[in-house]
Amino acid sequence: MSRFILRRLLQSAVVLLGVTLVVFLLLQLVPGDPVRVALGTRFDPQTYEALRSRAGLDRPLLTQYLSYVGHALTGDLGVSFRSGQPVTTIVLERLPATLSLALTAVLIAVLIALPLGVLAAVRNGSALDHAVRVFSQFGVSVPDFWMGIMGILLFAGVLGWLPPSGYVALTDDPAGWLSHVLLPAATIGLVTASILTRFIRSSVLEVLSADHVRTAEAKGLRGRVVVLRHVLRNALIPVVTVVAVQLASLLGGVIVVEVLFAWPGIGRLTYDAVQARDYPVLQGAVLLVAALFLVMNLLVDILYARLDPRIRVR
Amino acid sequence: MIGDSRTRRALSALRHDPPAVAGAAVLLLLVLVGVAGQWLAPAGVNDVDVDQMLHPPSWAHPFGTDELGRDVLSRVLVAARVSLQVGVVSVGIALLVGATIGLVAGYYQGWVDNVLMRGMDVLFAFPVLLLAVAIVAVLGPGLLTAMIAIGVVYTPIFARVTRAGVLSVREQVFVRAAVSIGASDLRIIRRHVLPNIAAPLIVQTSLSLAFAILSEAALSFLGLGVQPPAPAWGRMLFDGRGFVTEAWWLGFFPGAAIFLTVLAFNLVGDALRDVLDPRQLTLGEARRSTA
Repeated sequence: MSRFILRRLLQSAVVLLGVTLVVFLLLQLVPGDPVRVALGTRFDPQTYEALRSRAGLDRPLLTQYLSYVGHALTGDLGVSFRSGQPVTTIVLERLPATLSLALTAVLIAVLIALPLGVLAAVRNGSALDHAVRVFSQFGVSVPDFWMGIMGILLFAGVLGWLPPSGYVALTDDPAGWLSHVLLPAATIGLVTASILTRFIRSSVLEVLSADHVRTAEAKGLRGRVVVLRHVLRNALIPVVTVVAVQLASLLGGVIVVEVLFAWPGIGRLTYDAVQARDYPVLQGAVLLVAALFLVMNLLVDILYARLDPRIRVR
Repeated sequence: MIGDSRTRRALSALRHDPPAVAGAAVLLLLVLVGVAGQWLAPAGVNDVDVDQMLHPPSWAHPFGTDELGRDVLSRVLVAARVSLQVGVVSVGIALLVGATIGLVAGYYQGWVDNVLMRGMDVLFAFPVLLLAVAIVAVLGPGLLTAMIAIGVVYTPIFARVTRAGVLSVREQVFVRAAVSIGASDLRIIRRHVLPNIAAPLIVQTSLSLAFAILSEAALSFLGLGVQPPAPAWGRMLFDGRGFVTEAWWLGFFPGAAIFLTVLAFNLVGDALRDVLDPRQLTLGEARRSTA
């Protein structure tokens, strides 16, 4: 197991190095001078020179990259072209909002997908199974921002039950946070639920046809006992990994949903940085998200290998 | 040839799958609208009429009018071309680049495989939409950059699917026989490898078209796709979001168009997968679909 973890750690480190290269190159791809582009009409020679020098753009490319990686390792991702604040502080400030949204969305998704997926598989071919498959097909195809807009129309406009957008920190006012998080989290949660439902259904179906399940049935165990004790345990192993992968994706900030609901998370920060051409903030947000995504995937692989020893030898 | 009989079998199976037939019919209609949208549109897409601002659906304007008095139906019809164009071109880029990388990596293996696939791993480490947004942000918003960005982010999945196929085909007896009689690499790839990895690639292409159209809509929604005044479904949703409670039609119709298009591609893609490549993992799909 430790050999497997070491191998995956090394692979992840190599990929992370590649990620820093891509993120670094983003700034080089900007047509023209990125600092001049970012300053726009606010251009003045002094600020321009200060920002260029702070970003290290007056040095050779390789030196710039090595310095970028070196600083990133110590948690220094540069300063914002707009506010002059450290990028790391700006990005980390937005993490709790994204975290609370992503976790709520995944919770909603699991609460919907688990019973639906298991029931659809156990009653394979029934009307319920067909209905669940239609739900998941629709969910996978619906644009989340469209569902969000329709949600605002119904729950904020027509019924007036929930606020249309905005954010209240969980620590400031839990009830206010809940009323604000419900619409965006349900929007993401329903889409995620449809992906999970498909996965749970096929995973449970696969285990249902396994030999040990047939043996359990042949012994005369009740259907409920077979499903709970023999099917779910095995079927949920791959599902745990998909849930974690989904969570990793959501931590990356669901940009459109955060923009639509004015939710001040990483996604909204990325959008604002793009609008303001604040490239260091854009780079910082992308790097943090990719690193988080990578770490989550690494943890998922280790968890999977722990739950299912066959993975380690592959 | 294996490829031919598979294709025939697939087409015959698809004909007996009602959701796939419905999906194909919608796609056919969409292509028609994409080609002839501007002639089918009852009004000009940029015909501003201040007396007709935010009018609900009526006989004169079946999908209503927007905040500038423009006919929403006409804009939805003309925007179909943009979505299809972006979907086809970006997935075309991803297929061409990704399949070439996967083919070279899987066929030659060794350090070539290592370098190429680690590069793909790096691109895979970014959530799809985030990377697309970052690329468009630095290259500048627009139709071309949106197509390039979406093409880049979907390249790794094609490289992985192709490589996996090549690795299994490479060990087959007929490939080893071709190697032993001295056939050139190019001939082996063209005659033996490509026809046998076509099935998963076809499936991946149709499913990726759905995701690419969703990604384009998301980029347009963020103002990073097609630039105004040209119509795009995602952009129409973005422009209409400020009026969502007083003019539901501004959000409803463009969103329904995206939904139907993506659903149609998914229905056809799923049916193709069931027939051509039933064992293809859905994990990759799950990874790519949210961002």
